[in-house]
Amino acid sequence: MSGYPPEMQESIRSVEATRARRVGETFPAMSMEQREKILSGFHPDYREETFHAVRVGVSKGQRMPVELARVVEARPHVGADFDLSAPVAETDVLVIGGGGGGASAALLAQESGARVILVTKLRFGDANTVMAQGGIQAADRPEDSPSIHYLDVIGGGHFTNVPDLVEALVTDAPCVIKWLEDLGMMFDKEPDGTMMEEHGGGTSRKRMHSARDYSGAEIMRTLRDEVRNREEHIAVVEFSPAVELVLDDQGRIAGAVVVNLETGVYGYIKAKAVVLATGGGGRLHYQDFPTTNHYGATADGVVLAYRVGAPLGYLESMQYHPTGAAFPEQILGLLVTEKVRGLGAQPVNKRGEQFVYPLEPRDVEAAALIRECSERGNGVVTLTGQPGVWLDSPMIDMIHGPGTIQRALPAMVRQFARFDIDIAQEPILVYPTLHYQNGGVRLKADASTDIPGLFIAGEVSGGVHGHNRLMGNSLLEITVFGRRAGRTAAHYAGQVMLAAPNLAHVAAWNREMEAAGIDTDVISPILLPDYVHRE
Amino acid sequence: MATETRVADNKMIPIYIMGKQYLVPPALTIMKAMEYAGYKLIRGVGCRGGFCGACGTAYRIQGDPKLYFGLACQTVVQPGMYLAQLPFFPARRETYDISQLEPTATTLFSLYPEVLRCLGCGACTKACPQEIDVRDYMAAAMRGDLAKLADTSFDCIMCGLCAARCPAEEAQYNIAILARRLYGRYLAPRSEHLERRLEEIETGKFTVDLEELKGLGEEELKVRYKARDIEPK
Repeated sequence: MSGYPPEMQESIRSVEATRARRVGETFPAMSMEQREKILSGFHPDYREETFHAVRVGVSKGQRMPVELARVVEARPHVGADFDLSAPVAETDVLVIGGGGGGASAALLAQESGARVILVTKLRFGDANTVMAQGGIQAADRPEDSPSIHYLDVIGGGHFTNVPDLVEALVTDAPCVIKWLEDLGMMFDKEPDGTMMEEHGGGTSRKRMHSARDYSGAEIMRTLRDEVRNREEHIAVVEFSPAVELVLDDQGRIAGAVVVNLETGVYGYIKAKAVVLATGGGGRLHYQDFPTTNHYGATADGVVLAYRVGAPLGYLESMQYHPTGAAFPEQILGLLVTEKVRGLGAQPVNKRGEQFVYPLEPRDVEAAALIRECSERGNGVVTLTGQPGVWLDSPMIDMIHGPGTIQRALPAMVRQFARFDIDIAQEPILVYPTLHYQNGGVRLKADASTDIPGLFIAGEVSGGVHGHNRLMGNSLLEITVFGRRAGRTAAHYAGQVMLAAPNLAHVAAWNREMEAAGIDTDVISPILLPDYVHRE
Repeated sequence: MATETRVADNKMIPIYIMGKQYLVPPALTIMKAMEYAGYKLIRGVGCRGGFCGACGTAYRIQGDPKLYFGLACQTVVQPGMYLAQLPFFPARRETYDISQLEPTATTLFSLYPEVLRCLGCGACTKACPQEIDVRDYMAAAMRGDLAKLADTSFDCIMCGLCAARCPAEEAQYNIAILARRLYGRYLAPRSEHLERRLEEIETGKFTVDLEELKGLGEEELKVRYKARDIEPK
């Protein structure tokens, strides 16, 4: 039984009719000039009216989506008079965020001799890491090199990436694969031990390492398990997000105020160093897009770091993953991994025609899908009015042999089978979905920031990916910079002597807001999106 | 709002959240139905995409004696559904130093002696929202077959529904991750190309190239980027 209604099945017949021919044909890739043209015409980042230049803080004038500006130009949870005299806990390194970046940082900080507390908003591991399917890049084959990886990253990012950060990313990559394997991660391998590696959008070599299509889940559960093995030295506190960073009298980090989500009680955790690994902000639903992100992705880290004076960058670009689920409605916007295209599935329009090279960098690919559905009117429209194009998944078994889809994409098969769609037999309807925050808090290659004692890792940061991230570089980023942040933070914590903690920056922030004439009811970080239905 | 499911027809259906009746649109997932009913979720919600295991749910349908299980974010509501979430279930987990273990059945049995108490009843398999044959991998565990246990448990999202149903009080998912980590570290074939690359990085083979690339201006970088040869699929 097909989960697609008859109207959509009709279009599927056209896709089937052209499939055998298309297996041998690939739509040509775009030139740099063509890429620029389609981006400015169709990418959501180019809709000027949906952006706002922030009016307060050290990066005044930074453009960002209006939904993000709304939580940046907002009021803190606690006042400057919040009592810091009796901390609920004290530690060397406080890690904020329980995803892959935070877990990596906690492990390396502990190995470097620090006492560690990790606080997280939901459960430990409920993060975007666990949802990443496709894989992690590392140039470890003889045909490849960190230099080639470097060029792919910086070209994909429109040549705006920070060179030192890209160097760190590509140089640490093979080391991180080895580290993960030594922790017991199960990578996909040939019987002789050779890693099975595929292309991703914008790669010139096959360097996507995977663990079926549970790559991020496998990384997360392995790192989480290892953190739990070190419970004597790393305390994990769940359902306790940070709401404000704390400085000392000399402007150095002195910990954070956290809130118990279930009781609403605030408490101060005193720490010599903080690693901020809070992820991105997909749940702010920029331009009303659905998102692939987990429930807690509300840009908390950008808000927290900015209020203590850490500069921001690259927030004028957000990543829309080209292939979010467009049908069925129940899973709208959820990720259809790029690995599906990496394995050979082509995007095709309602008539079964190719219209774009399947593995352009993500921003270009997403813009091409939007153009096909809007200007060209070649999309399929569902009964609820959602447009989309077909991602022709059955091609994968034709190219690689029967059973490949089941073996390489079990999560995708399972997700669609729940709605009576067999992706080995029928294509998947897709449309771009809000996926990743390319920009964020500026960092240096050792994961430090302009604020002494504040270190960052992962999606909360900005500069590694320039204005567009390639597939497989975020699982890489969280581990590379998570490890660097943990190590640097531990060394820093071993040397610093804190002065008295205070929240003077909160008072200064409130004064600056008032001076800028910003009158708002929004209290941020908002911590969770509001999905409660109201009549 | 982008995430609010659009409803094709307005016919509402009754569901029962922890015994209390609510009328909700019929096409919603359990998670969205709870939000529709007015719940602001904190527990029992995580990735909302079927990967994190936070939203394990048990339910019955009016007039049907069977007990069903699913993930709230992936399961569509049905009329007369009685549901309760199990966002946390206490389960035993052993701590260990992976670098000091041997990848053997003895390791498995010494850390989790209760493996051998498995009754083979299959309640775990029936409860698994990932449709993993948990009983089958527990049989592999009892045989000490770490490779099979690692492979067949791989798609586990550690929601804990198996442990919640187990009459032998096993924590199957904690046993399975131990086996996967032993397999990944000790039993999977070594990647020689990775080892060679690490040596090359160690000896600074790429340092000069990378230094040069870092010093290039945008125009020269563009030239090099365009000139890349693309490895064929």
